[in-house]
Amino acid sequence: MNAELVTELQASEEDAPRVASGRARFVLALGPITVLVGLAWALVQPYRLTLLHPYGQGFWWLLSEPPLYVVLVGVLFRLFVAPGVVKDLEE
Amino acid sequence: MIPHAEMVHWWFAAGFLILGLLLLTEAVVGSEVWGRRPWRRYLWPSLCFVLGLCMWPVMTFYTNSTIHMIAHGSWAQALMLAGAAELGLARGKLHSQYWRLCSAFGLAVSGTAFLIHEQQHWLFSRAAFLHHVLGWTLLAGAVFPLARALRPRSFAASAGFAAVFLVTAVLLFCDRDTASIFGHLSVYAGLPHR
Repeated sequence: MNAELVTELQASEEDAPRVASGRARFVLALGPITVLVGLAWALVQPYRLTLLHPYGQGFWWLLSEPPLYVVLVGVLFRLFVAPGVVKDLEE
Repeated sequence: MIPHAEMVHWWFAAGFLILGLLLLTEAVVGSEVWGRRPWRRYLWPSLCFVLGLCMWPVMTFYTNSTIHMIAHGSWAQALMLAGAAELGLARGKLHSQYWRLCSAFGLAVSGTAFLIHEQQHWLFSRAAFLHHVLGWTLLAGAVFPLARALRPRSFAASAGFAAVFLVTAVLLFCDRDTASIFGHLSVYAGLPHR
């Protein structure tokens, strides 16, 4: 085979992104799915977010933002748990 | 001055949601991969233990009857026992897989406590309905940690265990102090609010 062609083939193989396994994709998707669920809940029931109408609300109501809790859980999972799990899974 | 009961339910819901996601991930990737980083092995057992600890203030400040105090107290102990047993297994201090039965015991106690301390019927209010559903969910869900203790490598048992926590989180997020359920709200339940 032509040496130049082999070099090009090798280069294209190295450049190609690694295809994540199904399990890795599932783990990576868990966080964003949780975030989406939280956002969907906030859109369907915006009155659950006291921050949108904060005047006259007490401390506990301002702290209690259940849709945002769901979003926060998804973000934390995606940032701090999923990357390490996927890395270990693919090693 | 203290937060409404529904708010406490939402905080616990967030905790159970994290627990569910961690357990689901462990079920999907397997215990070997999950345990490759030592801190990860302690993650969900310590969270379970902390949730048990957090039940003590709930017992102290939300005791409107003896049965509530007993229910919340037994929850606290059951969650702490389950978390501690799993921590012991993760650390290697405990060896027998049957220590995982503590999780089954914890769920069974929690489910029973939900059912016993809810003295109203299913359609009294949303809170009453959810207490009944949560109780039966946890009681039935105790089958999964039981199966996990007997067959530690079973995907169905591990995923089912995770699903119990995810369903519990959803149900807890649905809780309201006074709200209707399927159009039913007892006149004795009080005035509904948002």
